[in-house]
Amino acid sequence: MAQQLTAKEPTAEQIADQRIYTQFGVTDHEYELICGFLGRKPNYTEIGVFSVMWSEHCSYKNSKPILKKFPITGERVLMGPGEGAGIVDIGDNQAVVFKIESHNHPSAVEPYQGAATGVGGIIRDIFSMGARPVALLNSLRFGNLNNERVKYLFENVVSGIAGYGNCIGIPTVAGEVMFDESYEGNPLVNAMCVGLIDHDKIQRGVAKGVGNPVFYVGPATGRDGIHGATFASVELSEESEEKRTAVQVGDPFMEKLVMEATLELINSGIVLGIQDMGAAGLTCSSAEMASKAGNGLELYLDEVPQRETGMTPYEMMLSESQERMLFVIEPQHEAQAKEIFDRWGIICAKVGKVTDDGRLRLFHQGEQVADMPVKALVDECPVYNKPSAEPAYFRESASIDTAAFPEITDLNGALEKVLASPTVASKEWVYNQYDYMVRTATAVQPGSDAAVVLIDGTRKALAMTTDCNGRYVYLDPEMGGRIAVAEAARNIVCSGAEPLAITDNLNFGSPEKPEVFWQLEKSADGMSEACVKLNTPVIGGNVSLYNENAKGAIYPTPVIGMVGLVHDINHITTQKFKAEGDVIILVGETKAEFGGSELQYVLNGAATGRPPVIDLDTEKKVQDAVLSAIQKGLVASAHDLSEGGIAVALAESCISGGIGANVSLTSDLRPDHLLFSESQSRILLSAKPDQADALTALLSEQGVTFATIGTVTGSSLTINVNGKAGINAPVQQLEKVWKDAIPCLMK
Amino acid sequence: MKFAVLVFPGSNCDIDCYKAVESTIGQPVDYVWHTATDLSAYDAILVPGGFSYGDYLRCGAIARFANVMNEVKKAAEQGKFILGICNGFQILTEAGLLPGALIRNTGLKFRCHGTSLEVVNNNTPFTKEYSQGELINIPIAHGEGNYFCDAATLEELKANNQIVFRYAGDTNPNGSVENIAGISNKAGNVVGMMPHPERAVDQLLGSEDGKRMFTSILNAWREQHGAAVNG
Repeated sequence: MAQQLTAKEPTAEQIADQRIYTQFGVTDHEYELICGFLGRKPNYTEIGVFSVMWSEHCSYKNSKPILKKFPITGERVLMGPGEGAGIVDIGDNQAVVFKIESHNHPSAVEPYQGAATGVGGIIRDIFSMGARPVALLNSLRFGNLNNERVKYLFENVVSGIAGYGNCIGIPTVAGEVMFDESYEGNPLVNAMCVGLIDHDKIQRGVAKGVGNPVFYVGPATGRDGIHGATFASVELSEESEEKRTAVQVGDPFMEKLVMEATLELINSGIVLGIQDMGAAGLTCSSAEMASKAGNGLELYLDEVPQRETGMTPYEMMLSESQERMLFVIEPQHEAQAKEIFDRWGIICAKVGKVTDDGRLRLFHQGEQVADMPVKALVDECPVYNKPSAEPAYFRESASIDTAAFPEITDLNGALEKVLASPTVASKEWVYNQYDYMVRTATAVQPGSDAAVVLIDGTRKALAMTTDCNGRYVYLDPEMGGRIAVAEAARNIVCSGAEPLAITDNLNFGSPEKPEVFWQLEKSADGMSEACVKLNTPVIGGNVSLYNENAKGAIYPTPVIGMVGLVHDINHITTQKFKAEGDVIILVGETKAEFGGSELQYVLNGAATGRPPVIDLDTEKKVQDAVLSAIQKGLVASAHDLSEGGIAVALAESCISGGIGANVSLTSDLRPDHLLFSESQSRILLSAKPDQADALTALLSEQGVTFATIGTVTGSSLTINVNGKAGINAPVQQLEKVWKDAIPCLMK
Repeated sequence: MKFAVLVFPGSNCDIDCYKAVESTIGQPVDYVWHTATDLSAYDAILVPGGFSYGDYLRCGAIARFANVMNEVKKAAEQGKFILGICNGFQILTEAGLLPGALIRNTGLKFRCHGTSLEVVNNNTPFTKEYSQGELINIPIAHGEGNYFCDAATLEELKANNQIVFRYAGDTNPNGSVENIAGISNKAGNVVGMMPHPERAVDQLLGSEDGKRMFTSILNAWREQHGAAVNG
């Protein structure tokens, strides 16, 4: 089959005359530019290489103007965007390395392998920096679980993540899963990896030293994943099923060996530059490494290990076969490197040479088959300032007064409905399939606000989370963008850590639509404001556009991956209520904010109105006060209020603690608003009775709004509102509703 | 007392086992590569969890052919202490050092969570510091931990008191026959178990009920060598 294809490889003339380049997503204008850079018409291999390098996935041609908005520097930032992953100093010559990346389109077509290779790719980004990966997270979005196809996608995405992470032995410690019709047919699968590194071990992807050899490491190259980057840069369609061959196949066992061997190689100190072969495989890694060093590169394609016979230069350059790396060393270290890879049973082949002419030249069967300027490939892709327009829905929706919706009087029933909503319900069904304990450092397991992973040999730990409520972003992109960052930081603070920095995954619809581009712009503005205020710069990330289904663009979903530093393991805090008699305190102010809430979705099946309004000054104050209280040892439990408001936060703290609570609230708000509003900047705390005074004194001193609302006691959750019974349910019953929801739907 | 932690390509609980030996009993411990041909320097051999050889073909089916396994067999015959955890248990059954086999969990899903184990036999070098019938909290993390053996083997296991751990009450997570979580060989010096004691040696991580497995091993060895210590 492939043989036939190669026999029919079109000539440069045919590519021009028949506009074959458009099949690769190259526009007429871009084609003209490419001809200009080459001084002639590109051949089939060259147009293939240009098309992937100039795809949105590799060039960020549509999103560059957006990415410029983000604050990317800070006193702790050792490496910002541009390399495989960003790096943040955590003291004692150590640093944390992390990045998030999407595998949305592959997962929509082939969920198990799509998700698995998403995990594999992000792990390579971390260890190619020289870091030891210590934790994985994921952020997932699916349609509603009553749809059979959605169940299939959910089941297999989770299974694929588990299959890869469990085998390679990196714990999957946290994440989030949300379900909304908006993601039907176009699920989001974002994987994040966190690693640890010593400052002096940090690597870069540079092809340094003219004349130095370039080595290929990992399994042989096959025909899988050809044009994966291009596939990721168009909308999914009926024909996407045919693009199954653009999805790669993962081998976590192989990656485990490549990882151990690579880290050993890096620790030996002989590596000059190293980069993983991710999107656009050999093409992207070789061109970027040459570009960063200001050099050129020659590749001898006959030396590339091949899994199949008769592979063409085009196929080898565009293959996205997994678990492969490219590195440069000095010639005298060749034997040393080979010895390491031999011991791990890994192929290591010399496939090229660093040159000084700034060109990427490919040789095959004794002939030069491609010759392209590196700079044109990496830097000269045109950047588009896409037109932007406020979507019609924005004002329409904002004019709906959700506070005037009919009052819900069955508050017990409402709580159970929200707890049973898959977005809020226990994700045990998901995370029990992940090995979240391997490496024996997971101090806070999945299910709390943020996971906490200990740093061996120190009293420090890392807290980590992913967050984004796409409904808020849809209703008001700027506000939603702010909230995504603020909520991530709040989760980090609730676990006892200082927020350090973020990595972001911008999941949006087609940038060709001005309304989508407007969402992108506005949400980036909101995120940037929050990042500046909360002192959490963006150290890297990923852009995934063209996420559309038959009904249009998905909810704009800029997922935030955040890492925080726990300065002492004594500060580690969880959401669960700890002991009978502990005093419950609600920090922050509750308003009648029903737009985009989980209760609204459960009742009306849609998100309308205005999302909660966040004031970043208030947010910062609340976070500082709570972190300070935790660090002083005054807090027994801390839980961020998010989907489902006070009612759900109280229920979750009761369920995870296996204990009840008796709460009295007074307010001018309607009881259903009070209990289920998703107002921002709120945190539920509990404190030992003898520490409650010190805690409230500290909160007053810091000028944050709070109220002492009850005590941890008994085996039921009782919430009275203005002296009247609001919610009264045995914790065991709530737990059953909350825990059974997803397993029931998946039966 | 000297410990070996075996490392096969794909082992991933090797570091955790190594750390557990250091933190619980502070005895010397080495990583030993799968190609090793001499284990005579070691008193106890830990076969760690993970996905040796990617679990390809069948869990443990390829690892049993590694060079080091001949030495493990010799060590077993010499009465040295051998503990296989998770994938290590699978390898020991494939190698014929323990009876039965581990097949896919009945739910067909990987399962990772804490479990309550009943100590069925505390008369082994690995469990002497537990009381018989004691319930301990040790986590599992496996997709193929469903212990299976034929009826005759099961009778033999019972007759020889070779069932070391059971999942307590009705908590069997994987469909194992008679809730079996761990067994020993007839002599009692080789134990395999699906739960991970090395993950239960620090209260900060959820449980320290696994600590006593390591102190048991040390004290059993010291008793054999006439140097029993207190606590």
